[in-house]
Amino acid sequence: MNQENGNKDRIDVDIRVEDSGPAEAADRPAPKEVSTFRLVATLAVAGALAGLLIVMVNLHTKPIIDKYKAEQLKLAVYEVLPGVEHYDTWYLVDGKLSLTLPAGAKESEYKRIYIGRDKDGNAHGVAISRGESGFQDVIMVIFGLDPSTHKLTGMKILDSKETPGLGDKIYKDEAYVSQFFDGPLTPLVPVKAGAGKGEPNEVDTITGATISSKAVIGIINHALEEWKPVLDQGIPKSPASAQAEVAE
Amino acid sequence: MRHTTPSEDFIRGIWKENPVLVQMLGLCPALAVTNSVANALAMSAATFFVICCSSVLVSTCKRFIPSEVRISAYILVIATFVTLADMLLQAYAPVQHKELGAFIALIVVNCMILGRQEAFSSKNTVFRSLLDAMGTGVGFTIALVMMGGFREIFGTGSFLGFSLFGPNFEPWVVMVLPAGGFLTLGFILLAMGYIEKRKKMKAETKTKQVAEVTS
Repeated sequence: MNQENGNKDRIDVDIRVEDSGPAEAADRPAPKEVSTFRLVATLAVAGALAGLLIVMVNLHTKPIIDKYKAEQLKLAVYEVLPGVEHYDTWYLVDGKLSLTLPAGAKESEYKRIYIGRDKDGNAHGVAISRGESGFQDVIMVIFGLDPSTHKLTGMKILDSKETPGLGDKIYKDEAYVSQFFDGPLTPLVPVKAGAGKGEPNEVDTITGATISSKAVIGIINHALEEWKPVLDQGIPKSPASAQAEVAE
Repeated sequence: MRHTTPSEDFIRGIWKENPVLVQMLGLCPALAVTNSVANALAMSAATFFVICCSSVLVSTCKRFIPSEVRISAYILVIATFVTLADMLLQAYAPVQHKELGAFIALIVVNCMILGRQEAFSSKNTVFRSLLDAMGTGVGFTIALVMMGGFREIFGTGSFLGFSLFGPNFEPWVVMVLPAGGFLTLGFILLAMGYIEKRKKMKAETKTKQVAEVTS
């Protein structure tokens, strides 16, 4: 009994797949030629409606997405610069730090640093973000630096697609991450875990994630090399007055 | 073919014609994003949304779509809903969106969805198409959550983020890597095949017995 049923069903399924063409033709008594114009018009109308729908939803979700991204960045800056009250964003324009961009320039095209301030507006450290290839894909890192002592104040992975269970230890392994918060001296030197000589700029790499953990150290060193000439010009003062101007 | 009841429309996609486990459709997301239950659920939810909306729209508009351009029209409909799902997930579940990455956009080419439009929604009423889409969506969810469950339990020792075995459990890292996806799918299909075979053998012996008794 059961087997018979099963067979019937199987035949049913087969028919359904095969008959899609002929059955449709049979449903329509006179299979007339559809004009090219109608074909194009149907797709054009459908495309226009689809576009309209997407734009409407995008208008709704874009601000939420942007707000979330900005919030994540803000949290990251406060995390890598412990003890800061607020921070201001400076763009690198023609080799100099500037609070404002040249007229008509796109924000995303300019490199920037975030300068953390304490209550009285004194510079307390700078946060720099940079992305470079890791093991799988680009790793985005943000880190905090105390420019007067050249010590790191913290590090956070903003984005990475490193292997789960191995490479993702660069942000999941407490022992590795905490090293960047202990104030290591820059430039950093990667050493095998336990093989260090106790120098203040050594960072233990992760066994099984050597490439990923070295990549993070490399990103920080490269970013510091790149920003050194700019930071050596001195950290700009708190932009309270300048910011007021911008706000106006 | 047209005498199935509404409940059959719904049930069919869940077990007998389960898209992943029986029809072997939509395997790419089933292998790629099932390294944790949370990811599997987010992927299933997005796919469920897309297949239900697409089926309803396709069955509503089936009269206006000339059969010469039906496939392009279906893909257009599916792509639109996938883009919407992508934006909504990014806005309301950014963590999952980041984990799923490019696989959200790839729902467009999930042949399970296009298959339902071509085989069912384009020929049936809106209500029955919706039931069929929901059944297929639930079947897809069951398959993905099953795989995600196995892989998360063995690969990280947790379920939906809750630790199950305590700190002494050494996770089988391979289970959350791509290879683990293939292994899990293989074992699940093996189990499915075994159950199916047992059922068949039982049915055969029954008919034999019946035949012996009657003769």
